[in-house]
This record gives sequence, C-alpha cells and structure tokens, in this order.
Amino acid sequence: MTLLEADNLAINFGGITALAGVSFEVRAGEVLTIIGPNGAGKTTIFNLVSRIYDPTRGRLSFCGEDITRVPPHEIARRGIARTFQNIELFEHATVLQNLLLGRHAHKRSRFVEELLFLPRVRALELEHRGAVEKVIDFLDLQPYRDSLIVNLPYGVRKVVEMARALCTQPKLLLLDEPSSGLSVEETEEMAFWIQDIRTLLGITVLMVEHDMSLVSAVSDRVVALNYGLVIAAGTPRDVQAHPDVVKAYLGG
Amino acid sequence: MRFLFKTSYAQELGLFRDNVQRNWYVALFAALLVLPRVVPDYVGDISLVFIYGLCGLSLMVLAGYTGLISLGHAAFLGIGAYAHVFFAHDLQLPWIVSVALACVITAAAGVLVGLPALRMTGVYLTIATLAFALIIQEIFSRWDRVTGGLKGKPVDKPVLFGFSFASELAFYFLCLAVLIGALWLTANLLRAPTGRAWVAIRDSEIAAQSMGVNVAVYKTMAFAYSAALMGVAGALFAHKISFLAPDIFSVLLSIQLLLMVVVGGLGSLHGALYGAVFVAILPVLISQARDAVPAWHGLDRFVKQPGLEPGLFGLILVLFILFEPLGIYGRWMKVKLYFAMFPLYKRATFKRQKAYMRSERLR
Repeated sequence: MTLLEADNLAINFGGITALAGVSFEVRAGEVLTIIGPNGAGKTTIFNLVSRIYDPTRGRLSFCGEDITRVPPHEIARRGIARTFQNIELFEHATVLQNLLLGRHAHKRSRFVEELLFLPRVRALELEHRGAVEKVIDFLDLQPYRDSLIVNLPYGVRKVVEMARALCTQPKLLLLDEPSSGLSVEETEEMAFWIQDIRTLLGITVLMVEHDMSLVSAVSDRVVALNYGLVIAAGTPRDVQAHPDVVKAYLGG
Repeated sequence: MRFLFKTSYAQELGLFRDNVQRNWYVALFAALLVLPRVVPDYVGDISLVFIYGLCGLSLMVLAGYTGLISLGHAAFLGIGAYAHVFFAHDLQLPWIVSVALACVITAAAGVLVGLPALRMTGVYLTIATLAFALIIQEIFSRWDRVTGGLKGKPVDKPVLFGFSFASELAFYFLCLAVLIGALWLTANLLRAPTGRAWVAIRDSEIAAQSMGVNVAVYKTMAFAYSAALMGVAGALFAHKISFLAPDIFSVLLSIQLLLMVVVGGLGSLHGALYGAVFVAILPVLISQARDAVPAWHGLDRFVKQPGLEPGLFGLILVLFILFEPLGIYGRWMKVKLYFAMFPLYKRATFKRQKAYMRSERLR
C-alpha cells in the first residue's frame, strides 16, 4: 500500500531549480532513504512534504488524499512528523515540555477551559503525559526528563527531537539526517532505534542520510537524487552500485 | 539541598512545586494583607506596584513567553483606561461590566495589531507596535467626545456592588485581588497546551508549525490575551491616577513597561512582578539621586533636565541585557543555587551557550 506519493514534484527558487520533477512513493511499513550529494534537493523534499514550501509543479498525496495545498500546521494532524537537520528543539524548555508540545496535534481543550484549568483539562493533560511517558520509556530518555535542552549534549538532543516527533503518533516519520553530528556508537544506536520504530511501533520512515552504513543497515529501499532529479532507485546495494550514483558522488 | 520526590504525574500539574513553595506563597499573601497596617503611608504606592504587576504580566505573556517584543503597550493601557472611563462615567454602566467591555475592546485592538504581526518578526514588529502606539496617542488627543481630548478627563473612584473603593486601603485590596486573579489565569494558560504553544513559537516557529501549532492563531491569541490584561490594568490605572490625559500614554511609558519585563527577567511570571517593583521604585531613586548630585560645573543643573529619564531607562535596559540577560529573577536563581550548592557553586551553570548549529531559517 502506498502511504505517501510524490508525483512529478518540482520547485524553483528564482532561477534556481531545486527539484525538477521528482516522483517516488513511500509504501506503508518500509524505511525509504533519500541519498544524494549536497544540494541535490533532499531537504527540499522534506520541506515540501511538511508544506513549508509550495511546489511550483507536481502533486503530493498522503493516504490517498491530496496534501499539496494543505496548510503546514495541518500536516502533523494528518500523521506526518519530522525532525530537522540541525535540530529545532525549544531550547529554553525542558525535555518533558518539548515532548508535550509534540502532543499539540491531539489537543482537545478549549481556551476558556484552559484559562480556568477545569478538571477536563487536567484529565487531558494527564492523558498527554501518559502518551509522552511511553515515548520516554521507548527511547530511554528517563534521565533527561527535567533537563533543559540547552544543557544536553548534541547526541541526546537528536534523540529528544525524534521523541518529540514520535509523540505526535505519526503514520509517517521524516528523519532529516538522523546521524549527522553523532559518534559511531551513537549512530549504531540510532540504527537500532529506527528499526524499532518501524517494527515495534509500525511507523513508516522516510529519511535523508549520508552515512552509508546506517543507510544499508535500516533501509528497505533507497532513492538517489542529483540536481533535483531521481537518478536511481532500488535496494541499498543496487543503488550504491549504480553507475550514475557513483558518478554523482565521485565525479567523472 | 532539597530533593523533590515525585510520586504521580498529577503532582507536576499543580500550580506550586511542592508544599514548601505553597506555604511560602501563603506567607507572602498574609504579609500583603497586613502590609497596609505596617506602612500606611505607602498604601497608594503599593497599589501602583500591583497595577504595574498586571502590566508586567501582560507584556510577559507577549514578550517573555511568545517572543514578540512590543513597544506599544502603553497604547493598550490607554485604550483600557479611556474605554473603562467612557463606559463607567459617560454611559453609567456597572463597574464590572465596564471593565469587561474595556477588556473586550483592548483584546480586539490586540487582534488588530496582531494581524500584521503575523508577517513581521523581530525589530520590524517592534517598530510596527511603536507606530500603533503613536497613532493611538494621537486619537486620544483628537477624539474629544470620548476622551476629553487634550483637556483630559477626570476619573471617579470605583464603586462595586454599591461598595465604594474610594479609600486607599479598599483600592489596595481591589488591585491585589485583580492581580492574584490575573496571575492565576495566566499560570493556568501557561501550564496548558496554549502556553506550551506560545513558548514553542518563541523558541522555534518552524518546529512549532511542524508539530501542528497554527502559528497565526496562537500569535494573535497571545496579542489578544496580553492586550486584554492591559485593558484591566488600564481600568485600575485610570482610577489610580484619577485624571486621564493623552500624554500619559506616551512612548516613554511603553519603554518603561518593556524595561519592567527585561529587568525582571524574560520568561518568568516572577520576573514580571520583580520588574514591577523595580519600575515603581526607580523614579524615587532617580529623584533622590538627582538631589544628591553636587553643584560641580553645573552638573546639578544638567541632571535636573527633564529629558534625562528616558535616557536612564534606556541605559538600564542596555546594561541588563549585557550583564544580566535573565534579569532580577535570573540573579535570584543564581543566589539560590549558590546557597544550595555551597561551597561548590558552579559558575558555568548559567553560562549562555552559543548554538552554532541552527537550521537555515526558512523565513
């Protein structure tokens, strides 16, 4: 079953063509990785899917519904969560507050109820907390629950950001370079977590990644991009051996 | 050092961290109840501190929690004050109804300012609010029929349910009650999803959006709520100063309000109140310092010039941002930590870290 489908997606920034008609599909339950040299348009695809950019041309559909013109804050409610390449956490808040914001898409309390903090708001807050605690247990974040983000090491922040995305209870998780800035051990740990997210939580993962060991460890399929075009798609092994991919990375 | 033992999730939803903290607040409340007996001469000044506290609370929600710096809050205070006086005097509406209407009107004005704010960030927004404040001040001086124009407008003492709050003491308790009520409502919002969404917008708009926060709606909401609080403060302020004139709600007052939240400490409700105390005491300190300046090469005449105060406010603002960006509240936290960790105070705990890795700002 196809979960996310991009059909002939293109975007220009002024005279620069970031994507020149990219089509791919993400099947439910798989881990799909987008690779490509710098400037190939990988993150642009993420920003298009999370509706930060409007595509110049093409169509995006999620669960059979057209999401090409859906407002950006609506995306989380539909079941797509993402992380950012350089971590966009709320730095002056605690880990717990960050994760609780991940529950925003499930907010059901109204302004006046919150103003008076009625019992219903209290009950909903406890419910959110319960959901957040499940994610904390899942990703072993217990020691950091009350720490401010600014005081945490980079590797932990990376996990917290993934945890925040999981708190939205997504169907599709977009991971933008989950291993960037991590040590070899942390990267291995990240690979286990991505596998767990797929197998234990049943969440489909679309990621952008450069670390080929992580890519081959977790991905079912790989799409290679260069200059805004798909140059190869298939299993990690096939794509790595594809002559166009080798050419894009090594030149020649 | 005291450790908090948490046994349930509900425990963290309370207004107070633990019973010790709650008891301190009860003690503070009791102290405020007997304070007028201890210092009867200063009751009026302390009511003004409470009103400033309301203003601080209002600006704290906007600047401290949502990250939208406004230099136009004196205008909201003015709108609240004039609207309340218009409803209560000219239309003879009951006090509560009049305050509620003033609240609605300032909130509407807040939405009006908030709408362009959706397209502006940082210093541009601040300039827009400044322009708004100047326009509003002009309206105050031109719209004679409602505001009394440049001649001004006298304000009677408040009468609630047939009970007159004419005495300083009664007014003190009225202000205290309103302040506590506003604190409670604001604290409620801040521990609910709305408050979290505001903080999220402050720290990373792009991440807030991708977590499902409708940035436009929450920014407008922050403006409206902040303005509504300012409206209530304006109504009390009108009674306090008992005479409204357009030049009261000047840019200088806006700067003073901003000074309050920055000096108090952005991002904490305590900060708003520390700032209120500071801003109330500051003019007294300045005037005393002026008298103490010696007549050396005409220095005494120089410091007695009327334009000096805004300069001083600006200087204090800059010094705080440079040397104590967390404000008085931050300083208090440091002192507390010093004693809690004694003799092992770690200076680096509060060191500001530079974040070099930030996403390309998409907007």
